[in-house]
Amino acid sequence: MSLPVPPLLAYAARRVVQAIPIIILIMIGSFLLIKLAPGDTVDALVGDMGGADPAFVARLRAEYGLDQSVMVQLWRYMLKLAQFDFGWSYVYEQPVITVLTSRIGNTMLLMVSSLAVAFTFGVALGAIAARRAYSWTDNMISTLGLVFYAMPSFFLSLLLILIFSVKLGWLPVGGIRTIGAFKTGWADVADVARHLVMPTAALSLIYLAFYMRLMRTSVLEVMDLDFVRTARAKGAGGARLMFHHVMRNALLPVVTLLGLQFSTVLGGSVIVETIFSLPGIGQLAYTSVVKRDLNTLMGIIAISSVIVVIVNVVTDLVYAWLDPRIELK
Amino acid sequence: MTVPDTSLASASVPEMNPAPARALVLWRRFRRNRAALLGLILFAIVVLMAAFADVVTPGDPLRNAGPPLTAPLVLSANPLGTDQLGRDVMAGIFHGARISLMIGVVATLISIVIGIVIGAVAGYFGGKIDGALMRVTEAFQTIPSFILLLTLVAILGSSIRNIVIAIGIVSWTAPARMVRAEFMSLRKREFVDAARNLGVSDVSIIFREILPNALPPVIVFASVVMATSILMESALAFLGLGDPNFASWGNMIGQGRAVLRTAWFCSVIPGIAILLTVLSFSLMGEGLNDALNPRQRK
Repeated sequence: MSLPVPPLLAYAARRVVQAIPIIILIMIGSFLLIKLAPGDTVDALVGDMGGADPAFVARLRAEYGLDQSVMVQLWRYMLKLAQFDFGWSYVYEQPVITVLTSRIGNTMLLMVSSLAVAFTFGVALGAIAARRAYSWTDNMISTLGLVFYAMPSFFLSLLLILIFSVKLGWLPVGGIRTIGAFKTGWADVADVARHLVMPTAALSLIYLAFYMRLMRTSVLEVMDLDFVRTARAKGAGGARLMFHHVMRNALLPVVTLLGLQFSTVLGGSVIVETIFSLPGIGQLAYTSVVKRDLNTLMGIIAISSVIVVIVNVVTDLVYAWLDPRIELK
Repeated sequence: MTVPDTSLASASVPEMNPAPARALVLWRRFRRNRAALLGLILFAIVVLMAAFADVVTPGDPLRNAGPPLTAPLVLSANPLGTDQLGRDVMAGIFHGARISLMIGVVATLISIVIGIVIGAVAGYFGGKIDGALMRVTEAFQTIPSFILLLTLVAILGSSIRNIVIAIGIVSWTAPARMVRAEFMSLRKREFVDAARNLGVSDVSIIFREILPNALPPVIVFASVVMATSILMESALAFLGLGDPNFASWGNMIGQGRAVLRTAWFCSVIPGIAILLTVLSFSLMGEGLNDALNPRQRK
């Protein structure tokens, strides 16, 4: 009597269920981190008030549930997190979730544009290098990849600012929009895009190098396989062989890496967003550390973990869809 | 009783020194790779800079050593120039090499040790232990490592010791997965069965029988961990969250950012130092990998 569930949907559901213990572990971990930090919420409040008598402090502790056992506190903490209640930010005088939601769009914009650039150029350059393996072009591309890989993003950001903002004056040094311009429609889109050029370049270059190297190896491997020889024997040559037969298969490991690295890219946004003063989650993480805003930091950890889990599930689905050999069981 | 003894002794003679021979073979293969050799030379330069920092540029690298914002190649006392506080850039580069190497080595050791223990236990025992440990590993991989690093530094405080520990804590997951995979394929081998039948304890099997065989890829991977550790420390220092008592390349770049328009060399010189150091690790790692798996390369 049960309804036939599409296998891809069932697979997605199973992947989501698998992610639950990981999210719970992260919740427990962030609770432990809060307990590890010197002082608690009440200490911060009392410090803000400039001191209070012990009876009042004890009443505050009871009110915040800090007199309960650790297990009870953990349980309450997890319940709150599950409702996306990350507490109050004493720096921004707002609930943490409000601060996060106002900034998450910018970070996602930077993530998507950086990964898109890294993926497109990485795949293209890797495929070109593999087709002309061990030639001058290949050596050139591979050397460039090594340099990109070794380039710290903050150094690259400064170099870009030095060249394109200070010397040439082509691009704005920071921010997400021109302050006080109040552009609308396409003019606004173009303005945001102009502000995103350098941050995107700075964040994507190292991953571009990763994808390029992986794509090069992957294409070289696939080109040796029997079905490619068959296709070639049947007369497929040049572009058709490359795009239709080789690339589709060679892309699989690159897609996996894209999902695996999403969390690292999110971490990298801290540096890039701080340098280019992009009001996103990464910059928020930096200011929270400087201002000791632990609630906001924990909120960032929670929200970015959820995003990473979602991205990983989506990547797995894309992978399953790309590679029919994978059994959705 | 003497007969088996002598035969044993004579049989073991040719095997007395397999290690140096193997190392020699590896070195020959490594030497053939020009890129790897370049990496080794760059690395040697960084090590020499760290070793002779007190000889070439004696004294505290953070002291005022000349007129502020002197360009490179102007004063013989400050060949690479000075920053806005008159600190000698060359002294910072030499002493910064020490900090970078120290942090790279210690943080890598910490992360590799954690990775080996967790990966070995998970891969050797399998089952529920493996499941639980892998969930923990995945949880660590899910949290963006740089954000976790910031949080740890915010909570523990940013002394150099805490920074090293924090970097170790955020980078053990990849080595752990690697060791686990090696252990899973090795634990079914005959020599492990043999050891188990002889009554060797689990701990002994893990560390004495399997680990030496599982180690080579982990050692190659250590060069990657070392590079990322150095990058993480310099990124922290760049953001001003490093230990202010030590000269660090990242910190120099961060400070140089304020004078980027007028004195670009304050941030570009340490930037190139980081770039070349990380490059040396990638080149050496690749050369080592090719030397260990000669068949992989065409």
